[in-house]
Amino acid sequence: MAQHPLRPGPAAFDGKTFAVKDWIVLGLMAVVILAAPLWLMADKGNSVAFIAFLASLLCVYRLRVPAWLRLLLAVVDLAVVMPLVGASSGTFAHVATVICMYGVLALGLNIVVGFTGLLNLGYAAFYAVGAYTYAIFASTQARNFMPFGVYPLSGNWFWLFLLLAMLVSGFVGFLLGLPVLRLKGDYLAVVTLGFAEIIRLLFNNLSKPVNITNGPMGITPIQPPMIFSLRLDKPVHYYVIVLALLLLTFVVVRNLQNSRIGRAWVAIREDELVARTMGVPVVRMKLLAFSIAAGLAGMMGVVFAAMQSYVDPTSFTFMESIVILCMVILGGTGSMTGVIIGALAVIVLQLQILKDASSYLTSLTTAGILNLPSWLNPAKYERLIFGLILVLMCIFRPNGLIPEKRVLQIKEKLGLKPKADAGGNAASKEG
Amino acid sequence: MNQLQVLVKIIPQLLSDGLALGFVYAIVALGYTMVYGILEFINFAHSELFMFGAFVGTEVLLLLKSAGILADMSPTVALLLSMLVAMIFSGALGVTVDRVAYRPVRSAPKLVPFISAIGVSFILQDLVRMVEEAKNGKFYLNAPTLFTNRITLAPNMVVPEKTLYIVGLCLLMMVALTLFVSKNKWGKAMRAVAQDRETARLMGINVDKVIALTFLIGAALGGAAGTLFSVQYGSISPYSGFVLGMKAFTAAVFGGIGKIPGAMLGGILLGLIEVFGASFLGALTGGVFGSEYKDVLAFAILILILIFKPSGLLGKPVGEKV
Repeated sequence: MAQHPLRPGPAAFDGKTFAVKDWIVLGLMAVVILAAPLWLMADKGNSVAFIAFLASLLCVYRLRVPAWLRLLLAVVDLAVVMPLVGASSGTFAHVATVICMYGVLALGLNIVVGFTGLLNLGYAAFYAVGAYTYAIFASTQARNFMPFGVYPLSGNWFWLFLLLAMLVSGFVGFLLGLPVLRLKGDYLAVVTLGFAEIIRLLFNNLSKPVNITNGPMGITPIQPPMIFSLRLDKPVHYYVIVLALLLLTFVVVRNLQNSRIGRAWVAIREDELVARTMGVPVVRMKLLAFSIAAGLAGMMGVVFAAMQSYVDPTSFTFMESIVILCMVILGGTGSMTGVIIGALAVIVLQLQILKDASSYLTSLTTAGILNLPSWLNPAKYERLIFGLILVLMCIFRPNGLIPEKRVLQIKEKLGLKPKADAGGNAASKEG
Repeated sequence: MNQLQVLVKIIPQLLSDGLALGFVYAIVALGYTMVYGILEFINFAHSELFMFGAFVGTEVLLLLKSAGILADMSPTVALLLSMLVAMIFSGALGVTVDRVAYRPVRSAPKLVPFISAIGVSFILQDLVRMVEEAKNGKFYLNAPTLFTNRITLAPNMVVPEKTLYIVGLCLLMMVALTLFVSKNKWGKAMRAVAQDRETARLMGINVDKVIALTFLIGAALGGAAGTLFSVQYGSISPYSGFVLGMKAFTAAVFGGIGKIPGAMLGGILLGLIEVFGASFLGALTGGVFGSEYKDVLAFAILILILIFKPSGLLGKPVGEKV
């Protein structure tokens, strides 16, 4: 069989002939890649165009052309088209920002769940710690208990807090990991879940005796980031900040993955006992994975707090942890591009498709065409959809949409054909 | 210390509340522990089977009420009837969930079934909410009042009648389950499968059937506990399973997961600790931590047990299989 144009590979057009079908697919993809951004640029408020634009990004990723060309296309799309569109349409910039934020969170959780094979069901707790760290000091809240300093701190502190929250969350992750990491599998999962609930309840109740978190009322307003006296409070500003953070995280995590540390993580995942026998410092490596993941979540928490200008405990429930886990499992545990695409898919579903569908159906109802009872509103069925994703993925594709490359390579060496290719390029259909 | 004196006076009251809650925990914990004993798998969706049972039981009571029969029939019969229907529905759902979502992934790595169970739990929450909203326009249900009498057991101890029913029925279920597992042939098969699944299969035990039976019994108990819970506390929502399920799981781990007497003991102790903790926390810490920290207390207990004595009160430490 000719090499398929949809699968990324090292070389392009390497002399092997494509079937006619493959040329047609390639042509269609090229059309999408070129047309969708132009369409979106021409009609900056069209949500179908926006989804087409996001789909074109996936096409770029799947296209079998030299890597530099793919990179160029991606840079043009992400760094030129998206900010231009975002400047005029705040909603799309917001969606893109949220995708990038969850991309970072999914990358972080992927270190724990994907690389190291530990199930963390309380990831939102670290996100909450980061968000509250910034929220308390960048609002009037800190006046209640801080003996010195002028609050709220100005937005210039945002940049320092990115780092500070990362350290604080990482430290909390370290403290939690210290006693619990000797637990196995689902026990660990339940402990992390319990821990996350404790953190959430603490934030919910720490309004007395000293008002630290303002309880269920939450903290608002929170200072937006600033560069000197320039306030960065437009959606497109956040988009640029978060995109930069996502790229930074990606590079750092990729380097970690290919280092001694990353190999140690995978060794622990595959067989902890063997890893220990081979001299991998299991406990230290697990702690490292836990703390780095927690730190990344803390960093994103700061962005979240600044962007919403409001934090309250309801943003950090168990559901939040599950949504992030869903992204990792959907995209492919252990696969870095996979989990980012998982984040994209889940957020587009959550913020774009479900919302659009429900507002469309509401408009039909008001127009009198269709009488849809309120209980059928699709926006209410997030849990159902995420539940279905989890169960179906577990049964049919436990390795995710884009399985980790290392697993594929090992399977190839063992002479096992990766499942994804067995059924007539199932992977390309679902990508 | 005046506050403490007041608290000492209400100890009998706390004791009865704690026992009622503790027995409900114990019955739900049995479902977790039985499944874990056989499959080494935390059935995360068990809390939803409890919630489902609570809805079915409450709907039966409401049906009886709207048909005008409830006022005429004895509350005991109404409670038993609704419990029975809830047990049948929950049990059937439990077996279905196992067949659809767990059996296909039984041989997969350990975390896969667990994640599948989380998915099932979310699906069930939304499905129940959908049906309730379509039917009643709101997603929570209020149970009709069955028992209004209060019974004086001792000079300082006046207990609502329903608490006595709950404790009695839970005890009955526990005795029945213990007898079933220790005397009945199927119970023996369950113990064999829990001990060694492969050898049990070689001895001619239909392992899949035994697993289905375990889910059936566990889920039916969960459903019964759900009905009792809804009668005791008066209202139920699709999301009330989650926290209760977490606590029941805590109870199962507390007693030693996989051990049936352990789940019973752990449940009762946890219920007492929670009720007493909620009342005494404020008095002991001078009002800094009030009863709003009772869930924190339960989760903290879970974490502490898992760290210091993961095998629980009645369990034995197990070595790592290589």
